[in-house]
Amino acid sequence: MRRLRWLVPLGIFVVLLVFLGVGLTRDPREVPSPLVGKPAPAFALAQLHDPSRQLGTTDLRGQVWLLNVWASWCVSCRVEHPLLLQLAKAKLVPVIGLDYKDKPEEGKAWLASEGDPYTTSIMDVDGRVGIDWGVYGVPETFVIDKQGVIRHKHIGPVTAEALEKTILPLVRTLQQS
Amino acid sequence: MRASCRAIAAAALLAAALHAGAAAQDPLDDRLKRLETELRCLVCQNQTLADSDAPLAVDLRREIRALATAGRSDDEIRKFLVDRYSDFVLYSPPFKPVTILLWLGPFALLGAGALTWWVVLRARRRDDASTAGEPSAAATARARALLDGTE
Repeated sequence: MRRLRWLVPLGIFVVLLVFLGVGLTRDPREVPSPLVGKPAPAFALAQLHDPSRQLGTTDLRGQVWLLNVWASWCVSCRVEHPLLLQLAKAKLVPVIGLDYKDKPEEGKAWLASEGDPYTTSIMDVDGRVGIDWGVYGVPETFVIDKQGVIRHKHIGPVTAEALEKTILPLVRTLQQS
Repeated sequence: MRASCRAIAAAALLAAALHAGAAAQDPLDDRLKRLETELRCLVCQNQTLADSDAPLAVDLRREIRALATAGRSDDEIRKFLVDRYSDFVLYSPPFKPVTILLWLGPFALLGAGALTWWVVLRARRRDDASTAGEPSAAATARARALLDGTE
């Protein structure tokens, strides 16, 4: 028993190492959203390309859809943009673009030059809908099911890995249910 | 003489006016300031909502002010933010199952340290006690020889 005493500090060291090691793999900037599993906060916003028409959460009931929060001033939105364009081409799921705290002309110009992956874009000029959805860093992407419940939130630019391993499989199962 | 008296009177009046101005500050401002220093800005995570100049912090301060003027209590405002941004917005997280380690962990570590200390001290005292008492005959003889200078 006494001879094994040296194992105690070693054990504590290993536990500490595991904790710190796991800590390294986590991104403190990714705050898990309390909204996942809850009904999507309702909105009805003017469309970017036709402000006289509105699009709201009630119009999207009965289908699985993605909400992608973007802005023309957002640098990392450019990173995910080619992927979104591919996704739009595949026509797997409607992607609604929430143009967050942007000037409508600048948003439209950005989509005109970079390509428009969105089924419809809506304008959140003062960022209030963003607050309701718990948006704190653009881009963010939400998956909403047929009943209007948020099922997943991706923070930061969508990666090919996140799209293929998490988002699209989830979309498929939600579409079949 | 007269002029300096007038200058002193004017200065006193000015000071009184300034003081009255400070006292008449909106109590809502004080309340919001206090509330905002307890809340985390999500963009620059180590700043409070009161200190941050991030656009989101500005928006949230505006939102909080609107809620407060609409008559919501501090708790209702905190809940508004927690519902959207999780407990992470609170600098003082609530005591609940997921935060037990956070709240009690330091005390558990302190307790473990105290226990270790006590065990080590007790073992050391026992060692002292076992070596105390009469030294062996050989040790006494050697000590005697050293003292006599014969070794």
